[in-house]
Amino acid sequence: MLETIWFILWTLLWAVYFVLDGFDLGLGVLQPFLARNEYERRVVYAAEGPFWDGNEVWLIAAGGVTFAAFPKAYAVMFSALYAPLLMLLFGLILRAVSYEFREKVENSLWRGFWDFVHFVANLVPALLLGVAFANLFQGIPIDVKGVFHGSLIGLLNSYGLVGGIFFVVVFMLHGALWLIIKSDDRLQLKAIACANFLWPVVVLLLGLFLWMTKTHTHIFDNYMANPALFALPVLALGGLIATRLMLSAGRIWSAWACHGLFILAVTFFGVSGLYPGIILSSLDPAASITVMNGASSPLTLKIMLAVVVVMVPIVIAYQVWMYRLFKDPLEVPKTQEY
Amino acid sequence: MDVVLLSRLQFAATVFFHFIFVPLTLGLSILVAFMESRYVVTGDEVWRKHTKFWGKLFLINFTLGVVTGITLEFQFGTNWSRYSEYVGDIFGSLLAIEATVAFFLESTFLAVWVFGWKKLSRKAHCLCIWLVTIGGNISALWIILANGFMQHPVGYVINSQANRCELASFADVVSNGFAWNMYAHTVLGSWALGGFFVLGVSAWHLLRKHQTDFFRRSFRMAAPWTLVMALLVAFTGDLNGKDVAETQPAKLAAMEAQWTTAKNVPFHLFVLPSEDKEENLVEAVGIPGLMSVIAYGSSEAEVKGLKDFPKEDRPPVLATFWTFRLMVALGCFFVLLALIAFVQRKRETINSKLLSCLVWNIPLPYLALGLGWAVAEIGRQPWIVYGLMRTQDGVSPLAATHVSVSFIAFIILYTLLGVLDIYLLRKYAISGSESEEADHA
Repeated sequence: MLETIWFILWTLLWAVYFVLDGFDLGLGVLQPFLARNEYERRVVYAAEGPFWDGNEVWLIAAGGVTFAAFPKAYAVMFSALYAPLLMLLFGLILRAVSYEFREKVENSLWRGFWDFVHFVANLVPALLLGVAFANLFQGIPIDVKGVFHGSLIGLLNSYGLVGGIFFVVVFMLHGALWLIIKSDDRLQLKAIACANFLWPVVVLLLGLFLWMTKTHTHIFDNYMANPALFALPVLALGGLIATRLMLSAGRIWSAWACHGLFILAVTFFGVSGLYPGIILSSLDPAASITVMNGASSPLTLKIMLAVVVVMVPIVIAYQVWMYRLFKDPLEVPKTQEY
Repeated sequence: MDVVLLSRLQFAATVFFHFIFVPLTLGLSILVAFMESRYVVTGDEVWRKHTKFWGKLFLINFTLGVVTGITLEFQFGTNWSRYSEYVGDIFGSLLAIEATVAFFLESTFLAVWVFGWKKLSRKAHCLCIWLVTIGGNISALWIILANGFMQHPVGYVINSQANRCELASFADVVSNGFAWNMYAHTVLGSWALGGFFVLGVSAWHLLRKHQTDFFRRSFRMAAPWTLVMALLVAFTGDLNGKDVAETQPAKLAAMEAQWTTAKNVPFHLFVLPSEDKEENLVEAVGIPGLMSVIAYGSSEAEVKGLKDFPKEDRPPVLATFWTFRLMVALGCFFVLLALIAFVQRKRETINSKLLSCLVWNIPLPYLALGLGWAVAEIGRQPWIVYGLMRTQDGVSPLAATHVSVSFIAFIILYTLLGVLDIYLLRKYAISGSESEEADHA
């Protein structure tokens, strides 16, 4: 029971991370396509400015909770996915640095360099998170000792790649919706056109991803055994359709929130299919790490549950306050064009 | 090279690089919080300019501290997976608590502080920097409680069936005295570093008669703070030494290069140990019984020598000895330097030799803090968790080529980031207060 509660919390933390940092990552990928001059680029940076750091902490929390509640899963997941995780890490480091360093020197070459770094440093983590999670859904080649027998190329299999591209495009749409809120004039029109273009692409990719999930993974076994779970993909689909309706109605905050719900539901959809597994072995079912054999002691799980139940609502409360405080676009002086 | 050595080198490189940024984050945030509080209480515009100027340097430093910290959280899993499995029940929890209790607070309110100058009242804005400071310093507490468990494991039971350490008493883990003394020593050291940073940057401007009134004020503010912190660092260092003597006798013997077990052990000012010959080639200027007193509070106390530990249980003696000696020497120097700065702080013209000394001193507290960690971590060897798990048993089952590639990638990336960060810090530190310039223009 305690283990199952932790499985749900674990999924929730990753899902919240995707919902929140998703728009930063997506905006970083969109920036070179949408922002055509220094003013527009600064508007895009300002749209991420107060938020990205607080969003990224959800990744630290998700990683920390994996470590605390399912140490064996943390150990195997992070060592097996060594190369992609370190590339993800380098991406996150460079992303943060590009925000900070870009502004500090007024030189167009310097800024152009960091704009490029910023693009790559958002694209790579978004892609790799998708690749990693798709491979987790599919199962990875680990033996009973937790030793990984695959390779980086092996992780870039067709399902892994589709998962990666799916994540990137979903995050781009999430970022485009956010930019509509945070921009005006020409840039806002471009962001609206971009969101309108990306929405059907996301629908197509969702279809492809679900179809391949059926052919490449055992995720749907849990759904057949317990059809009530189908509420999750239905919720995801509902969120995506509502996003489109709200976008047409011009209610952008609602559109963004519905799209967040879509991301949340997609994450829960995939991870629920793993239960009771966390890391499935594609070599030997006995090598899979489950909530039973991978969880921490009941005492640790109880204490951590108390910590999370008290602290996460507090964190959410002050982060909501912060989002409301900065709900209007930051002022970007138009004169700084060159 | 084998995976163990490569993983150790990579962890050492990334943790030391991380700890270039952490102490200034801890030390400067609290000084900036004091500056802004003064502004709120007195309404004096100059304090607002100080908040802005030192706040900017704080921010340049902060970002790299954050991102290099993520590396460490990842690395326990990527490179030390056996270790993570073995102690995750306790160690992982402490890291997770750090993120949920402290790091969210620090990151969220820092963003509010940076972008919220016009959106918040003065008091609310000032409260934000205090929350950042509190978040950062609480964050350090949980990290050091986790490290404290590696140094002096308490509150656990071994589950032999699952082959891992499990939590027996959370209260014991969080009230680990060894960890609290380490925390005090580390945080006070970071606060001293922040003080020396403010003194050093102020001294640079005072030497050049640039914005003199402005930087005299920060000098006057930082001098007493730095003196108090330098003294407290020495005091808590002594407490740490006594903890080590009690719980990690092999580390103590290596720190002092004590080869044979003896009572009434003298302290020698000059020592040249030899690891091969298992003796000290030079021992000069001894003070009778002092080492027994330092370690155990009594000249009659027995100090266990290295030769009474099996060779496979000894830490590397030379590295532990020299890092410790150098740290202590720097610590003594800091007390002296802070004392002179304190005495001179109100003079119309502060002695220029003192000022240049303070400028050149800026990197030394960083060095001292790095050396302190080296003593703690190298001295703990060959254990990853003292007495429970050896370092070589904690490493991930990875190919050496993978770790070589990542190690080289870290070195290249971190070198570039370090150079850029120092360049930017220097650029903004020497340009002085922008609003001060604007007022004069």
